[in-house]
Amino acid sequence: MNWVWFHKWASPKWFFQKTQRLQIWLAALALILLVTGTVWGLAFAPEDFKQGNSFRIFYIHVPSAILAQSIFMAMAIAGSVGLIWRIKLAHVFVEVAAPIGASITLLALVTGAIWGKPTWGTWWVWDARLTSTLIQFFIYLGIISLYQSIENRDTAAKATAVACLVGVVNLPIIKFSVNWWNTLHQPATFKLTEAPSMSAEMYIPGLVMLVGFYMFFALLVVVRMRTEILQREKGAFWVREYLEQKNVL
Amino acid sequence: MYFDSFSDFLAMGDHGFYVWLAYGAYLILIIWNLIGAGLRRRQVLESLGRYWRRELANSSDRNQEDRKAE
Repeated sequence: MNWVWFHKWASPKWFFQKTQRLQIWLAALALILLVTGTVWGLAFAPEDFKQGNSFRIFYIHVPSAILAQSIFMAMAIAGSVGLIWRIKLAHVFVEVAAPIGASITLLALVTGAIWGKPTWGTWWVWDARLTSTLIQFFIYLGIISLYQSIENRDTAAKATAVACLVGVVNLPIIKFSVNWWNTLHQPATFKLTEAPSMSAEMYIPGLVMLVGFYMFFALLVVVRMRTEILQREKGAFWVREYLEQKNVL
Repeated sequence: MYFDSFSDFLAMGDHGFYVWLAYGAYLILIIWNLIGAGLRRRQVLESLGRYWRRELANSSDRNQEDRKAE
């Protein structure tokens, strides 16, 4: 197998140049998908015959919960790539993804609480799914503060990567919590292996939102990684050229 | 459109408060993240601008000193 692409993408300069156009495409895709999904989910999807219109919270809650876990998985993978192949860009990814992941986990928790009130009659229960997701949020916060508390950037990156690998243990607990324990939270609606248990007119807006959430995350990661690359490579001649092109110099 | 009228749409059955609160949180998340990424980018560009202006000024100072020394 040809590994040239792998090394090229590991080069900060290469990454910076190749993502110049990509960020515009990601922004356009995220905008179209999120606007479509939001309008569809709010105004056109049918209401649930038991839950009524509170079901519309599904279109934010489920995509944000799925994304919150995917981001952590991606951070653990990037962290190990950084540790094994000493690729700095992988550590940059972990650094910028952590605060975004924390904010999206918080959105999943908040929308879950808002949905819980009319559906279960309570904002919060110490149910296995809710508790393990709250722990996930604290793991995100722990990783952010760990990175910020270590002065040496390389040491901070290594410690953070190890923390991601430890924290990843919580992901299967979240995933299987609804099967292992008798939870108030319902089991997964979207499954890769089976057809969804709800009608197409209800789940298709959810899929649009899910892809929109991923695109939005990708956009934020690319923009933030480019910023950190500029900061780290500030002495390079290509950075000076970029600054001149952007009229900063 | 699933709703009969705009006021129906706002009311969301009797769940308007919860639905709009959740979608409000979602909007705040999007804006928060966009502003955060934009501010960080501006902050870095400004500090790099200062860095390069200082570097370029120093190197032209050095050139002048070199010429004087000659």
